[in-house]
Amino acid sequence: MAGPKYPGFDTLALHAGQSPDPATGARAVPIYQTTSFVFRDTAHAASLFNMERAGHVYSRISNPTVAVLEERMAALEGGVGAIATASGQAALHLAVATLMDAGSHVVASAALYGGSHNLLGYTLKRFGIETSFVSPRNLEEFRKAIKANTRLIFGETLGNPGLDVLDIPAVSAIAHEAGVPLLVDSTFTTPWLMKPFELGADLLYHSATKFLGGHGVAIGGVLVDSGRFDWEKSGKFQQLTAPYSGFHNMDFEEESGTRAFLLRARREGLRDFGACMAPMTAFQILQGIETLHLRMPRHVDSTRKVVAFLSSNPAVEKILYPEIPDHPDYALARKLLPKGCGAVFSFDIKGGREAGRRFIEALRVFSHLANVGDAKSLVIHPATTTHYRMSDEDLKKAGIGPGTVRLSIGLEDPADLIQDLERALGVAAKSK
Amino acid sequence: MQLALNGRSVFAYAAAHELDQAKRTIVFVHGAGLDHSWWGLQSRYFAYHGFNVLALDLPGHGRSEGPPLATIGEMADWIKRVLDEKKIKSAAIVGHSMGSLIALEFAARYPENAEKIALIGVAYPMKVSDAFLDAARRNDPSAYDMETIWGHAAQVPFSGNPNPGMWMYGDTLARLERLAPGVLHADLAACNAYAAGMEGAAKVKCPALFVLGARDMMTPPKAAQALAKAIPGSMTVTIAFSGHSLMAEAPDATLDALIGFFTG
Repeated sequence: MAGPKYPGFDTLALHAGQSPDPATGARAVPIYQTTSFVFRDTAHAASLFNMERAGHVYSRISNPTVAVLEERMAALEGGVGAIATASGQAALHLAVATLMDAGSHVVASAALYGGSHNLLGYTLKRFGIETSFVSPRNLEEFRKAIKANTRLIFGETLGNPGLDVLDIPAVSAIAHEAGVPLLVDSTFTTPWLMKPFELGADLLYHSATKFLGGHGVAIGGVLVDSGRFDWEKSGKFQQLTAPYSGFHNMDFEEESGTRAFLLRARREGLRDFGACMAPMTAFQILQGIETLHLRMPRHVDSTRKVVAFLSSNPAVEKILYPEIPDHPDYALARKLLPKGCGAVFSFDIKGGREAGRRFIEALRVFSHLANVGDAKSLVIHPATTTHYRMSDEDLKKAGIGPGTVRLSIGLEDPADLIQDLERALGVAAKSK
Repeated sequence: MQLALNGRSVFAYAAAHELDQAKRTIVFVHGAGLDHSWWGLQSRYFAYHGFNVLALDLPGHGRSEGPPLATIGEMADWIKRVLDEKKIKSAAIVGHSMGSLIALEFAARYPENAEKIALIGVAYPMKVSDAFLDAARRNDPSAYDMETIWGHAAQVPFSGNPNPGMWMYGDTLARLERLAPGVLHADLAACNAYAAGMEGAAKVKCPALFVLGARDMMTPPKAAQALAKAIPGSMTVTIAFSGHSLMAEAPDATLDALIGFFTG
């Protein structure tokens, strides 16, 4: 007898977390644009506050529209639940702040989005949380960097901007051996290209601003918990396994088992740091997720066409895309990313920084801005923008050269994109 | 709270309350492969509303040391020993699924110690399919999939969780994946083999409540009818939209049914 089957990805992308609105029958997700929710009576109010009943109290903590996005992302990722945040950066901060106190330590891949590098390398350091950055391709560096106070291993599924592929099965094994979880930034891959929990990651987050939304109209983040990391067994997370006077002496692990991390993140992190997502933002990102399974194959297909064009253009020095056989992570990408390596990649233009400047300014279809994962194609020069605070040494570690240009391939006709690139490369080459 | 029975560690969730001999006690007993946290909202409510609460982890589950017990009768006896250890003479037993059979058997074996019983998501007989038992015997992940999918109403993946931001399927799977090999099979086999239900029902002397999910695929309401009829005076609450995981799918309706039963 065949066993029961879970709904497929495409169906979950459209339906998970929401049934037609019971009050009105609305099929689309209603935007519950309200700060707060009326209690049935005083007993109901007290029960909601004391976690004896489920429901919404105040939209900083939870909101019905935002909850649909959270549940849908948890369904697509195979997690126990999720928390939507004001941005991807807020999701990273919420994960760190839930697990760590001053005196804790993070081991992170050096190939990170510049904003994440800033948060870990500078800002959190002011609050007593130190980070050691290691090469994402050197597993031994991860192992050696772990200290007694390490509480998290962190990397991006595809490093920004050099597309270093994080060996999640190997890095998660190192993390688990040390009794700490692996958190990954899954923004570049989305659950359509990779399911990090199936590979061994424990926590993940997205900048939902990018491919999840896909339209470039809303900033947001989503933090998802696999529920698989055993905080009690690790013995290193008193935040989740000891009575907490900041919340009625609750021992979150005892109280809720697999939901301990999200319980504290919501009940303390959203309550106190307050970086919640607005209902309208959740609605907008949900509109994007409903077509994620249609957009991602097109993003990947067009990217392959653009990469093929650039590979044969004499003005291009090097392309950093893991589907090219000379990329250092080619073999790993074939194993971990069989559906494709996404739509963001970098290449080095001959002529260095000046040629890069001329190239970017000559583009007409590509928009020069600081974002990726839009339906529209985008371009940026990382060394002077997204990663400008990084030292030359850190830039080198992250695989960024002075002439590196990052592209995010959108949903336009790929022939128009190639024509645009060809013309701009010609302008850059002529001006030498 | 932790206690020891026969040298083995036992965990009972009491919502950070000390036991008070002056209060009535409610014991919550989880279903196959699960643990005390399945009762999170309901057990917490009663602990903060004047009751002693013991939401138990059966041996081999959650924080209680194994091995798992083999029969429903052994599980009922084990609960009696927990109560003796805590010097509790009489308690109400609230059980879900396998736990409901344990509650029934407890009331049959120890009528003088059973104040009330609430059977949630119950069926008798509680037969388990050969495919499910076999997958569990092999510790095959498909057993977890069967418990997860059949353990919720069919509309669950296409509707919102009352607990904001949580994904019921993922939560159930994550709990089951933490089990030691053999535990789920031991539970399912105990349910499947339990044959004393009607005999036990005839011995029940205390008030009994049945809470059933109209969309329950594992223990459909009609499969509880004979048992309900066999316990004179029993009450039945059927929750229209819920499947087998009533405490998660319909937490407020389940809690309200229990509040009515214990305080009405």
